[in-house]
Amino acid sequence: MQAFIYPVIIAIAIAFIASLLLALAAKFMSVPVNETQVKIREQLPGANCGACGFAGCDDYAAALAAEGSTVKTNLCVPGADAAAAAIAAILGQDALDVIEQVANVRCSGLCDSTKPEMDYQGIKTCAAAKSMFGGPGSCKFGCIGFGDCQKVCPYGAIEVCNGLAKVNREVCVGCGLCAATCPQKIIDIIPDVKRVFVACSSADKGAVTNKLCSAGCIGCKLCEKACKFDAIHVEDNHAKIDPEKCKNCGLCAKACPKKVIHVYPKPNVKPFVKVG
Amino acid sequence: MGLTKRLNGVHVDHSKNTAGMAIKRMEDPEKVYIPMSQNIGAPCKPLVKAGDAVKVGQLIGDSEGRISAPIHSSVSGTVEAVIQGMTQYGKTDTSIVIKSDGKRELADTVVPPEINSFEDFINAARDSGVVGLGGASFPMAAKLNIKPGSVDYLIINGAECEPYITVDHAVMVTYTRDIVDGIRNIMKWLQIPNAVIGIEGNKPDAIAAFREVLAGDSAIKVHELRQIYPQGAERVIIYETTGRVVSYGMLPLNAGCIVSNVSSVLKLQHYIKTGVPLVSKAVTVDGNIVVNPQNVEVPIGTMISDVIEYCGGLKEEPKKIVLGGPMMGRAIPRDDLAVMKANSAILCFNGDFAQQRKETACINCGRCVATCPMSLMPAKISRAFKDKDVEALMELDVLYCMDCGSCAYVCPARKPLNFEFRQAKAMVMEASKK
Repeated sequence: MQAFIYPVIIAIAIAFIASLLLALAAKFMSVPVNETQVKIREQLPGANCGACGFAGCDDYAAALAAEGSTVKTNLCVPGADAAAAAIAAILGQDALDVIEQVANVRCSGLCDSTKPEMDYQGIKTCAAAKSMFGGPGSCKFGCIGFGDCQKVCPYGAIEVCNGLAKVNREVCVGCGLCAATCPQKIIDIIPDVKRVFVACSSADKGAVTNKLCSAGCIGCKLCEKACKFDAIHVEDNHAKIDPEKCKNCGLCAKACPKKVIHVYPKPNVKPFVKVG
Repeated sequence: MGLTKRLNGVHVDHSKNTAGMAIKRMEDPEKVYIPMSQNIGAPCKPLVKAGDAVKVGQLIGDSEGRISAPIHSSVSGTVEAVIQGMTQYGKTDTSIVIKSDGKRELADTVVPPEINSFEDFINAARDSGVVGLGGASFPMAAKLNIKPGSVDYLIINGAECEPYITVDHAVMVTYTRDIVDGIRNIMKWLQIPNAVIGIEGNKPDAIAAFREVLAGDSAIKVHELRQIYPQGAERVIIYETTGRVVSYGMLPLNAGCIVSNVSSVLKLQHYIKTGVPLVSKAVTVDGNIVVNPQNVEVPIGTMISDVIEYCGGLKEEPKKIVLGGPMMGRAIPRDDLAVMKANSAILCFNGDFAQQRKETACINCGRCVATCPMSLMPAKISRAFKDKDVEALMELDVLYCMDCGSCAYVCPARKPLNFEFRQAKAMVMEASKK
């Protein structure tokens, strides 16, 4: 009977002393936590994308919660209006509107419209493929299609199908991670309200582009003539739209003989996506 | 000289099918496309325009950059155009298109240079247009432009450890005396007391030829290198011949050595003797589908398709064309690219040789670690690269990797290790720039 009572008593005594030590440590060595910061952090999506300009969600929350902070509450693009409104409410400020952004791939070269130039046998990433003669495709400006953007997207909003990265505009929050990763630099982050895009970035001359890709911009300038707002211009042998001037009328898309100007339907209300 | 450790490497199949063949001079092609950036450093600016008549050895491109080498016309004829075209490095660059008249007339400027001082010698090295012909294409003049007397070893690289390539072998057997004269010239003007010619043991006739010419000369030694790849890599050959270690960030210069390829020395000596700059380069044309594998002296700027045509064409559609050796060479996606100064081989293979084997999982066998001549840990580096962990890559000394490909050669999982390391090195360099 008494053989086991001592170890039990010793164990209980150690537990008691240790808990006392922990309680003291918690009292004297605690780090003060700003409660506002915790609340704000809960409202942020946790993608750590850096679109706000801070090193992750925690950093942005800390900057907002700091005394006398002048940091704007509408910087979180993934969180959109919902997060901005919640943060503004916590801080007791007026809610600011977030300009929703969306990624857009400036290429329409599907496997059917353009041909590979080589049988690439190297590592299956866009960055590696680009180091071999600018990529396996015959067009050196378009999407390489190994999906570096897909791997980096925290929301699963971009996907390579048939050799071309496609953005799911419903899911994309415009954090810009894909644009930073793309070795071809053909992903633009632009305001969601702009719905007309030129899906080509070939700097080859029109005749060359025509030969390499059936879906490429040939720089014919018909869109320039069709535009009533002086918003679209051919530079570097492909059309570029100035988002400041574009009014989403879509006249250029109608005029385009190669159908590389895409018009997306009006955006729906974006769902608030939370990660992690 | 404490040679405590022998460097690792791989025993690759030599496949020196063209060994013992003399170098044939190819007749001038109809047109040559001479790229304006054929060396590491500043690219050249074209000095001629469409319609100009040019002769062999005439200066057609030059740059004021300190690290650069001038470019000379390789044929006589008329300049047809100055175009923007793809080079064999996959970059768009200015090229001069010259239509050859087939006469091979020498320009008036081709006269042997007068060399009376160290400065004259460096100027001659620059005017010769010679770059490192082992593949790095580092301008010879920039390499030799050191304080005379500051280096005590001149290492001549005749290892030619890559399979298939035999041009350096052919050059060493044919022009033994010229090479030795070239070595003596460099030793004289740069005041280098010792020279070592490193030749891999699979070329006994070249070793014998040098030993015969050098009989009684104690300053120049012939060092027989072990038959193991990569004995010809700069750091490896320095270690093997002198026992000195060149660590990362160090130049061979800091270890008191200058390393030069045999062909570079020969071309320099050729210029000093005759005044003809570097206008042609010997290349090995080989591979299992070439009709007549051989060594050809090709005018710079000749299309690769023309060179293959000269060797009887191909037996079947190639699956892979490699410039340089199979270990470190680069595959090219098309054959309408111009031969450049630093090319040493054109290898054409069909699907039997250039097959893509399926990559499997790493089984931690450690063969890559046992093979790496730099004693790196390729399997670990590969994992760190997959994690994009720059700090770990730095710790694993990825920058020491010289891209020899030994690890990928022995890997039973067929991992493209050295291709990954090339990416990893670029990643580390970019991170350290920030």
